[in-house]
Amino acid sequence: MQTIKSPYNFRGGIHPAYNKKLSNGSAIESLPLPAVLSVPMSQHLGAPAKPCVKVGDEVKKGTLIGAQNGFISAPIHSPASGKVKVITDVATASGRPCQAIVIECDESNETEFLPPIENWQKSDKDDLLTRIGETGIVGMGGAGFPTKVKLSPPMDKPIDTVIINGAECEPYLTSDHRMMVEHAKEIRIGAEIIRSILGAKTLRIAIEDNKPDAIKAIEDAFQDIEGDVAIAVLHTVYPQGSEKQQIYAVTGREVPSGGLPMDVGCVVENTSTTFAIYEAVIKGLPLMQRVITVTGDAVQKPANLLAPFGTSYQDLIDACGGFTEDKPAKVISGGPMMGFAVSSLETPTGKTSSGLLLLSKKRVSQYSSQACIACGRCVEACPMNLIPSELSQFIEAEDIEGAEEIALMNCIECGSCAFVCPAHRPLVQHMRRGKAAVMAKRMAANAKG
Amino acid sequence: MKPENQPELYIISSSPHTHEGSSVERIMLDVLIALAPAFAASLYFFKLDALRLTGTCVATCLIAEWLCRKAMKRESSIRDLSAVVTGVLLAFNLPPSLPTWMAVAGSLFAITICKQIFGGLGYNVFNPALAARAFMLISFTGAMTHWSSSDWAASLASGAADAATGATPLGLIKEAVKTGASIPHFSTATIMKLASGNINGCLGETSALALLLGGAYLLYRKVITWHIPTAYIGTVFIYACILHMVSPATSALPHMHLLSGGLIIGAFFMATDMVTSPVTKKGMLIFGVGCGIITMLIRTVKTGSYPEGVSFAILLMNAITPLINRGCRNRVFGTKS
Amino acid sequence: MDNIILQSFAWIGLLGLIIGASLAVAAKYLAVKEDPRIGEVNELLPAANCGGCGYAGCAEYAKAIVMDHAEINLCAPGGTDCMNAIAAFMGVRATATEKMTAIVLCCGDDEVAKRRFAYNGINDCAAAHATAGGDKACTWGCLGYGSCARVCPVNAIRIEKGIAKVDKTLCIACEKCIAVCPRHLIKLVPAAAEIHVLCSSKDKGPAVKKACSTGCIGCRLCTKFGDEGAFVMDGFLAKVDYSIPITKEEVIEKCPAKCIVKD
Repeated sequence: MQTIKSPYNFRGGIHPAYNKKLSNGSAIESLPLPAVLSVPMSQHLGAPAKPCVKVGDEVKKGTLIGAQNGFISAPIHSPASGKVKVITDVATASGRPCQAIVIECDESNETEFLPPIENWQKSDKDDLLTRIGETGIVGMGGAGFPTKVKLSPPMDKPIDTVIINGAECEPYLTSDHRMMVEHAKEIRIGAEIIRSILGAKTLRIAIEDNKPDAIKAIEDAFQDIEGDVAIAVLHTVYPQGSEKQQIYAVTGREVPSGGLPMDVGCVVENTSTTFAIYEAVIKGLPLMQRVITVTGDAVQKPANLLAPFGTSYQDLIDACGGFTEDKPAKVISGGPMMGFAVSSLETPTGKTSSGLLLLSKKRVSQYSSQACIACGRCVEACPMNLIPSELSQFIEAEDIEGAEEIALMNCIECGSCAFVCPAHRPLVQHMRRGKAAVMAKRMAANAKG
Repeated sequence: MKPENQPELYIISSSPHTHEGSSVERIMLDVLIALAPAFAASLYFFKLDALRLTGTCVATCLIAEWLCRKAMKRESSIRDLSAVVTGVLLAFNLPPSLPTWMAVAGSLFAITICKQIFGGLGYNVFNPALAARAFMLISFTGAMTHWSSSDWAASLASGAADAATGATPLGLIKEAVKTGASIPHFSTATIMKLASGNINGCLGETSALALLLGGAYLLYRKVITWHIPTAYIGTVFIYACILHMVSPATSALPHMHLLSGGLIIGAFFMATDMVTSPVTKKGMLIFGVGCGIITMLIRTVKTGSYPEGVSFAILLMNAITPLINRGCRNRVFGTKS
Repeated sequence: MDNIILQSFAWIGLLGLIIGASLAVAAKYLAVKEDPRIGEVNELLPAANCGGCGYAGCAEYAKAIVMDHAEINLCAPGGTDCMNAIAAFMGVRATATEKMTAIVLCCGDDEVAKRRFAYNGINDCAAAHATAGGDKACTWGCLGYGSCARVCPVNAIRIEKGIAKVDKTLCIACEKCIAVCPRHLIKLVPAAAEIHVLCSSKDKGPAVKKACSTGCIGCRLCTKFGDEGAFVMDGFLAKVDYSIPITKEEVIEKCPAKCIVKD
């Protein structure tokens, strides 16, 4: 076990104001159980779960309420004991309506957990994978890809390196940071479980160098671990937490265009996900809650709250002392670079809700319809080496083929380009629009032939 | 975009929700700040003429910009300051004795024909100030090449200068190249004058020191990067060195090429115009080298008649910028070539 | 002096003759053989090049009519006159088509329909629709970012009070706006029809009312008071069956949501 400075630097990237001081010193607190939880059936990538309880049913903490619906999907469990009040549509953070089970919580605190797998080292790999699948674990960094699928690569793609992603490069967010400081031991066990499932020899914990206390905590917890294990200390640059950039920074390998991390023998798991794997295997807990950073200049007391899924943003804000005098002008689920702006405080949290950011009017930058002045700053900032200026102009001119030809589909939507654009062009929105058009075109072509 | 019809609504946009704080206006303001020392120098050397021409150009450009946007029924773009920058740069490329009405004509040409007809800032192919200068050079050849300061001519050691009409240092060199005479000798004192700007030439291009100060400010503010100026000036220098080594008698000293004419203002303020130069670093280097070679070809080839080639070099490279952009894309992460 | 001018004229003239001759030769020997009827049919078409027929401009359509015996009633801007002329020229029978016009089936302008949030981004309906589902509280209604107006080849669409309106007298029924609307609000209807249900919301009454005061709440009053079969229900949304002429205009008054409109 050693601590190494990451030898590789990806090209591009930006240095936003991190504003992590607002909340990185606040220890994780448990949110008092809200009276009502509206648990969305889509908290992951892929098909939404199918509700398997009826209105009026009594549920316990940990009861399966949404059944996995297909291969790329995940089950949903009740985060509290109570009664199913209604099953209705709610708007999730992404703005799309989705089915949600509304639970009226009671104080009985009855639980329905799975049996712990204490001796996990001796267990069958498939049993561990089944456990990860049935507890509904998905990537908690943002994408929400079902972890069981990620940990079951095909035989011809051997994995030699597991990277635990503790970069947390999004400004403002500190939930992963606090997890590493307070739960390093549990993360270690989770990481070992992942490593043994994949049979990987190398384990790296990637942390940006602006989190010395997290590095120290992880160093202490991983001290006596065996094998090729190291903490990779990364430069603080956004998007260091992006899978492709992180794999490059840690191993020097480039995930091929259109490929997946497993194509270069890597699997990257978020620290919160790793902690969830520990809880699922060692304690038998389904994924029902997570740490969410409530922060921004429009909230009284920024905090890292352990909140059950389905908590409304209003409840989180109330727990943090409400708004400051500057009322929020923008409410963001996630971080300021890749999070979603939401229109209502009734929006419920989910498995991928790493933060709730409230920005007052003076912190909100407006997009404009100015023309590109070809300054080339986006080209410098793009970590995928694309030409965002040109791409956005192609897409504006509806030349989708032209944009596709200059590698539009490689865009990871990290937002570095729009962050530096002096003309305040909504570049990421252009990319999304272009990508959607390409996907629609491909779907149509597939349907035809 | 849309006015809010219900004031308390939350703002929703695509990510990212934060910005580094730069803006087009700030970039243009930085360019104006960077041009301030050169303006001060031109005020010192050319007195009221500097004020007259700069004021005329800026005012005309602003009015033309406003009128064009109005006529095209588009949002006004006065506040982005780009018209002011065009006005100042155009004025800096005019001889001090130029009649006011010609400056007005040039400014109108710059804004309407070179900029707004293409769609405004961001859509223009050529640097408006330079294109207007080329237009004026062809339309008002006499007035555009008439230099009146006698201070410079008197200071020439060789006496080769035509004191009556006045000539720029490059004009003298070109004359010598064409006639096969030996290059006039410039004393150290002359070269000092070149650097400070006490010479014949356009308003803003004379004081190399003031321009370099402004260039340093632009680099410091990261408005421009080192690529284009370095490639441009470096190419001119190397080209001039080689010429001078091959034939010392018929070619000027390399530092004469660097300090005289519009090279410094061109390399730092004109070639680096964002809209009309490449977006990638590789492209910028090619652009700079291309500008350097064309400048030196125009300046030193015997059969040509123009003493100065900076404007045309940059305009020609502007024309092939889209091509450079096409050929100089970076290798996309995760791909082979 | 005269000599020089004469010489110049002579040279220019000679040059013109040589180039003209070579062009004539080229036109003769390098010509692409084409059915002459294509050109003539093209002449009969209105040269709007709107693409509404499904071909890339009038010339392509003319080619398709002559070479592939394409239907001759596809040209909306040309209308019946154009069709008859082509029919006479080609010696085929014309099947008359009714003149159609596009209409935006939404009357929820900014005075009556709420917005959920303040959208800030690309000025394009599809982009706005993809950002958190669009800012209009009604998920069916017109967003008003004018994508239809921008594709309209004859400027027949205006944005008024935050929603799109089609000018019937200008519309050539080319269907470009229909293709571009992310909410599929624009439909082709007979130009002669005067009474429309200007709402596309399939939501239930209470949900509609929450978002917009002129949305169809599915009360079915129009089916009772209107002409037999002229109004049909699609779930909670009333629609006009344009094959049935509407005589009882009192439905306009009866509609509690005021979304039945005569224009």
